[in-house]
Amino acid sequence: MRKVLLALAATTMLAGAAQAATVYPLDRATILAGSPFDFKVEFDASVKPEDVKVTVNGQDYKAVFGSEASFVAEEKGKDDKVLGSALILRDLVLATPGDYTIEAVAGPEKKAVTWTVYGTADQAKAKNVIFLIGDGLSVAHRTAARIMSKGMTEGKANGRLAMDDLDRMAFIGTASTEAVATDSANTMSAYMTGHKTAVNALGVYADRTPDTLDDPKVETLAEALRRQTKKSIGIVATSEIQDATPAAVVAHTRKRADKAQITGMMLDVQPEVVLGGGSAYFLGKDTPGSKRKDDKDYIKAFQDAGYTLATDKDELVKAAGTNTGKILGLFHTGNMDTALDRKFLKKGTVEKFPNQPGLVEMTELALGELSKNPEGFFLMVEAANIDKMSHPLDWDRAVVDTIEFDKAVAAARAFAEKNPDTLIVVTGDHTHGVSIIGTVDDEKEGDEMRAKVGTYADAGFPNYADADGDGYPDKIDVSRRLFLAGNNGPDHYETFRPKLDGPFVPAVQNEKKEYVANEAYKDVPGAVLVTGNIPRDGDSGVHSVDDVVLQAGGPGSEGFKGYMEQSDVYRVIVDALALAPAKP
Amino acid sequence: MTLIRISRRDALVGSLAALAAPAFLAPPALAAPMLTFDDLYGSVGVLGLAFSDKVKQLAGQEVTMRGFMAPPLKAEAAFFVLTEIPMSICPFCSSDSDWPDNIVVVYLDAKQTFVQPNTVIEVSGTLEYGPWTDPETGFVSLLRLRGARFSAV
Repeated sequence: MRKVLLALAATTMLAGAAQAATVYPLDRATILAGSPFDFKVEFDASVKPEDVKVTVNGQDYKAVFGSEASFVAEEKGKDDKVLGSALILRDLVLATPGDYTIEAVAGPEKKAVTWTVYGTADQAKAKNVIFLIGDGLSVAHRTAARIMSKGMTEGKANGRLAMDDLDRMAFIGTASTEAVATDSANTMSAYMTGHKTAVNALGVYADRTPDTLDDPKVETLAEALRRQTKKSIGIVATSEIQDATPAAVVAHTRKRADKAQITGMMLDVQPEVVLGGGSAYFLGKDTPGSKRKDDKDYIKAFQDAGYTLATDKDELVKAAGTNTGKILGLFHTGNMDTALDRKFLKKGTVEKFPNQPGLVEMTELALGELSKNPEGFFLMVEAANIDKMSHPLDWDRAVVDTIEFDKAVAAARAFAEKNPDTLIVVTGDHTHGVSIIGTVDDEKEGDEMRAKVGTYADAGFPNYADADGDGYPDKIDVSRRLFLAGNNGPDHYETFRPKLDGPFVPAVQNEKKEYVANEAYKDVPGAVLVTGNIPRDGDSGVHSVDDVVLQAGGPGSEGFKGYMEQSDVYRVIVDALALAPAKP
Repeated sequence: MTLIRISRRDALVGSLAALAAPAFLAPPALAAPMLTFDDLYGSVGVLGLAFSDKVKQLAGQEVTMRGFMAPPLKAEAAFFVLTEIPMSICPFCSSDSDWPDNIVVVYLDAKQTFVQPNTVIEVSGTLEYGPWTDPETGFVSLLRLRGARFSAV
């Protein structure tokens, strides 16, 4: 045993001593046949072009790739630090399916990677795809939504969520290329390109240069649809439409925060329906409320491109009747409000933006518009606030938005019932560290709030009611409510109660960029200080590394089963749409 | 048990009211009219915000505002950002967060130390409105207090 360990250690040290080049796409990449992507080799040293040798399946790369890469003698990093030489070949296309082993050598540096280029079915199984994503959707959100919305009697649910009855299911691994952990950018990018990437990256592999817009690109689903089909494309989100999840349908950047540029990328692809928040990035910098640093007016640019603009619920309905074929609906300068605030409490920013449409209305309207195209469509629907409220540990808002998300799933299923050539995919992009551990019962004896936490048999059943039958609990501050507990976070006060006066702000920042408990909640009766367990520069609860549960129904959904990487999801979608047929 | 509704701002101001202002800090000029965060914009909409008449009238004059000091962008920055509620996000550390709409950028007469979060401050300075890009940092602001000074409330 000891000998084996020593031998292993020696091998590892040897491997570490040699310099290694990096090849993009990375080893084990899966690539849609015919899709353009950027090929890049990064050498650690500065080398001479004549010393570089790259082969593909043993042949000189130029013969297989059909063109020559440009050689960069010295790539520069921060403060002009020399990073080494590189080879870059943009918009490479591999039309023939199969395994491609690329070997790159320069002096002592050597790297070999193997890509799998795949084709698809010759005939499309599905005409339409509706991809619904609950951002951060975890098992606890689903369970809580079911109990809160439908109720439970003697341990059996009194009703089912729309997502509960989708036929197919898979566990999805969400890790990024650099870590077990993930964010919405990397995961949605993998769903929408078939390539995993780094945290914060969209539609690119993350290279070593500081420029966020020069990284090796891969094709997005929207681009593949434009290249291969005449289908319509729709993007619906309750976040800013430049936020990572909606952006991933069209964008290429190393940094999801490049929202001003992402607005331009959205215009490049021109999805027929774009609905969400984020108007601040459409306004030139001189317009109060703008978050651009230039004078570009993207409202006008979209209108010039033939879009009908809607800025609230009523205008959206009107826009649907105009038959321009393109709708830009912007309902907030930033992220749209949660369902709990919009429909019930009127908190958050609802006073400023009182007439925002909900996710269900936006989904139904998008389906109505997109289905006018006889060629079919792809629609992405994102319930952003499940994640945006899970970060600040505001579980009630996250769960009510999960109920709204499920109603959007119901709308998609109703459409698919009439249009059976529709594939529906319902999934999250990552999970949160949250679980339901029982109930909080105000009637329980005890001075401390923790004494009122019911676990095991003492949990009983919560007493939410839905007298008006709208699927939402009539109120969330009932006397016996679900207790959702986060397993991580900054220092904060646990109040054991829904936050009726606006979304929870658990921690605030000090001058050392550390987060301390927000004292605004200190005097809520029964509040207790919970000491954080993540680094002090963490502002809120973090994503968990746990698998996501994906559910699907309709033609092509049989491709979802067992354990899959999030990048594998793309292959099932493009296969259902036959985007790389052997006989085009 | 009745659920108690709590307003974040009220709770904060309430809990801090007991703290007396340190004697060595000069009180803001008495004559300066008070401007609140609610006073800043006359209308807020998807296609932009419009400055309020009050802001337009008070431009160029000394005004006083209360709010929270966001942690400085960098230690030597000549300005800080005044926010209505304590900053719970770090717009420059996290890729998915942004400043709220209604921030005010405060340029100080002299360098001052950061005031702890959870602390209400009162700032007086000359009000200026309209977009302006800080030459050093590229930070775009719409409302500014120039030649300002502040004290903890």
